[in-house]
Amino acid sequence: MPDSNLLIDATDLARRFGPTQAVAGVSIHVRAGEIYGLVGSDGAGKTTTIRLLCGALQPDAGTVTICGWDVQKQTEEARSQLGYLSQRFSLYEDLTVLENIRFFAEVRGMRSGEWLPRCMAILEFVGLASFKDRRAGQLSGGMKQKLGLASALVTRPRVLLLDEPTTGVDPVTRQDFWQLLISLVSTPLLPEAAQPASPGGRAAEAAGSVAVLLSTPYMDEAARCGRVGFMRRGRIIAEGTPSELRGMLKDRILELSGAPIKLLRRLAQADQAVEDVRAFGDRLHLRIREGAAPGVMERLPSEIRGGGGRSDRLRSIPPQLEDVFIYLSEQSYE
Amino acid sequence: MILRLGSIIRKEFIQILRDRRTLAIILVIPIMQLILLGYAATTDIKNVPLGVWDQSRSPQSRALLDAFRSANYFTIAYDVRSLDDVRDLIEGGRVRGVLIIPPDYALHLAQDDAQVSLILDGSDATAGSTALSAAQLIGQAYATSVSADQGALLGRSAALKPPVDVRTQVWYNPDLVSAYFMIPGVIGMILYAIASILTATTIVRERERGTIEQLIVTPIRSWELVVGKILPYVIVSFLDTFEVLIIGHWWFGIPIRGDLGLILITSGLLLLSSLGIGLLASTIANTQQEAYLTVWLTLLPSIFLSGFFFPLEAMPPVLQAVAYAIPLRYYLIIIRALLIKGVGLAAIQNEVSALTIFGVVIMGLAAVRFRKRLD
Amino acid sequence: MNEPVIVVKDLTRRFGEFVAVDHINFTIQAGEVVGYLGPNGSGKTTTIRMLLGLLQPSDGRATVLGYDAFTQSEEVRARAGYMSQKFALYDELTVWENLVFYGGVYGISETGRIRATLEQVGLRGHESEQARSLSAGWRQRLALAIALVHRPKLLFLDEPTSGVDPTARRAFWDLIYELAENGVTIMVTTHYMDEAEYCERVGIMRDGRLLAMDTPSNLKSRVISGDVWEVFAEPLQAALSALHDVRGVLRVGLTGDHIRTITEGGIQARTVRDALEAAGVGVREVVPGEPTLEDVFLSLAR
Repeated sequence: MPDSNLLIDATDLARRFGPTQAVAGVSIHVRAGEIYGLVGSDGAGKTTTIRLLCGALQPDAGTVTICGWDVQKQTEEARSQLGYLSQRFSLYEDLTVLENIRFFAEVRGMRSGEWLPRCMAILEFVGLASFKDRRAGQLSGGMKQKLGLASALVTRPRVLLLDEPTTGVDPVTRQDFWQLLISLVSTPLLPEAAQPASPGGRAAEAAGSVAVLLSTPYMDEAARCGRVGFMRRGRIIAEGTPSELRGMLKDRILELSGAPIKLLRRLAQADQAVEDVRAFGDRLHLRIREGAAPGVMERLPSEIRGGGGRSDRLRSIPPQLEDVFIYLSEQSYE
Repeated sequence: MILRLGSIIRKEFIQILRDRRTLAIILVIPIMQLILLGYAATTDIKNVPLGVWDQSRSPQSRALLDAFRSANYFTIAYDVRSLDDVRDLIEGGRVRGVLIIPPDYALHLAQDDAQVSLILDGSDATAGSTALSAAQLIGQAYATSVSADQGALLGRSAALKPPVDVRTQVWYNPDLVSAYFMIPGVIGMILYAIASILTATTIVRERERGTIEQLIVTPIRSWELVVGKILPYVIVSFLDTFEVLIIGHWWFGIPIRGDLGLILITSGLLLLSSLGIGLLASTIANTQQEAYLTVWLTLLPSIFLSGFFFPLEAMPPVLQAVAYAIPLRYYLIIIRALLIKGVGLAAIQNEVSALTIFGVVIMGLAAVRFRKRLD
Repeated sequence: MNEPVIVVKDLTRRFGEFVAVDHINFTIQAGEVVGYLGPNGSGKTTTIRMLLGLLQPSDGRATVLGYDAFTQSEEVRARAGYMSQKFALYDELTVWENLVFYGGVYGISETGRIRATLEQVGLRGHESEQARSLSAGWRQRLALAIALVHRPKLLFLDEPTSGVDPTARRAFWDLIYELAENGVTIMVTTHYMDEAEYCERVGIMRDGRLLAMDTPSNLKSRVISGDVWEVFAEPLQAALSALHDVRGVLRVGLTGDHIRTITEGGIQARTVRDALEAAGVGVREVVPGEPTLEDVFLSLAR
């Protein structure tokens, strides 16, 4: 029996645009209650992957099922479970908040008796209820984003696909947005979710919650996801929880501060065990060969003193996702 | 300064040349307009179906009819025997007019006061009046005055009005070719429309892409930016002007009787206005589409009130007054006079002064606004 | 010789009722890399526009490279470089043509200088590619080349790395540091916290006011008085609500697979663990974490 909590099940997806292999064998499995982050640069294949997942693009190879429905063959059923927020989600700036949601509800075939109570519940949920009569054009960036989320949620999807949802929003708003996402996946969203019985059976309904897949080029955003897939050149080059990924470089990142920074940098780069030096304003981050950190911590300060500089602090710090991403990118070059 | 200006002009030309679609539009639009306005929108009359009620049946009346036949403006399609026939033919749309030759035509012709009557289908006034003019011309040659009843109402065929003297209208255009009227208009329209649209969109495009932001943090002056961006389009507009002139001259047989230098100078004066309008539009619009629409908003009334399609004299006095505020109006008078009549500066000096004043004022306003918008 | 490159005194700009920049003060020395961090609409761009003389201040003044930013803005503009987040390139022009064009605008005609600038940003060999076909990372480099072609002493970067991947961003920052080592002063506006981490000093803007300006380390130690803990526990929701009630816990937040919490100083990992276990939550690990600039921003903003 198939796992009914597996809401996004994509296997070996491939898609080519002319000479460009945009997606080259991507498999993604996301369960109810998970937030999955697809992390990579522009052109890594994130948007294409998301568009394949929601059936907006046909894959050259591979299959996608959403809540057990095949996106290619049972498109209607699969789409009824999907909420999709594209990179530049389209709001009608001259319509009010409520009119926008009404529009999105009606084009998805909801009857007028259905959408109004549901709209209000969703606006309440995203915190836009008191702005329902305001023109979308007069909302702040963060509020527009929440409105976009609200319109994606109006059909009560169990799978939410968000393409770079928080690009360009202020940190306070972004914090709020993430709180919304987290509460969305951790509680059964809104009660009485009328779902067509999925082929997986009743267990799916019992789980009741939602799966979110989002794409982002930013590592601090990635760090908030429950599971992360690093994407590069159409492939997922690594996957795991943020902690698992950070664990790949455990005890291999050192932070060095002192002066003059130019000297520190030169000496650090000269050390055989140092693979990479990154300047962070008043300090340096060094990536050390596996197991070599203690040796570097011992010899580097004396070398700096010998060179006429001073080292204020040299300590091991927890690796960041960005360290891991760059490390993996370098590996995949070779 | 020369270097700065030069690099903007060079860059602009590279962009024009690389943007094949716009380039094609710039080069093809004038040809399209020429063909459309030179052929399709013609007000020339040819082979107008005519009914004839010859009550005279004399050699003299037959001679008159032969003249009508040979002029190829008219085709004599029906022989009419009664007023009822006249009504049927005109109402049925089978003829555009009926020529009635009275029984005593030959007698009156001998006394030099011969009159015939032309009953016209008044539903198409332009075609009607041209047909009447043609008929009167033919009549003149036979010392016959043609009087007309142009009402859509029939039955007053005997209404005799003094013939309209059409000689001044056809003095420079004896064959009444409307291309003579249209092609100078096309030149005016191209200078006016292409220059203003291109100017507005090219500047707004820099704003859309954020490159203008990069330019204003350089030591460049706003006039250098404006001149550098506009000059290439001035050249393009003149290229279009030559294109129209050449095709007009060789294909449509439009004479170029006036001084070419004067034609270019006055065209330059019109460009001042149209570039100014484009520049003004660019300060209002934020997207290329907005810029385009803003320009069109000023273009449409300009074209209709300039005397391009419709004679100004026929407009209500209010619109005639408004037309004085339209630079294209002056230019059309100038360019028609220069091409067709071959006049000198003296004959058109009022129009040239008006065009100069408009150009300087519009350009000045635009330059001030453009500077403000940059800051 | 150690004259500050930028001196800003009580600089203010109002747009009608709205105060976009509200009496800000700061000084930047030669060769510094300073970040200017704040959300969209916080007054970052307005500040830069005033420093470049594109906007008149309503109050206060700014001296840039020894010139008054408004009355002598031509002098400033001739000596300062600016790179906008939109990467102001002409798509129809090649890499070479773009740079020649902007060089010409600055009055530079020697091709040697153009070539050297391309060399500097690592775009040699791509001269004849059209700008539209460049990847985001290369567009960024070309935009930087444009800002550098007249060899400015001061460089303003407005959100320079939006949309480029971490590896390209790395390379970009290496270039920035190279410039700084050669004495170029750099001011970077950004709304990304991790971008600001790269800077030597960071100013934090919100609602037109400069809340703080210091090194990232000092900001963290000064603003975040307590300790940061990364808590791995199961179930997370229960742990989250349990932590809210623990004395001394200043802030709790869920980040993906674990909880981040900031506590008052002096609280031990043991205390956190005990409190959670008492609430019936299974604790896997409680490890000390690093404060981030985002923590700083949130503390200052709230």
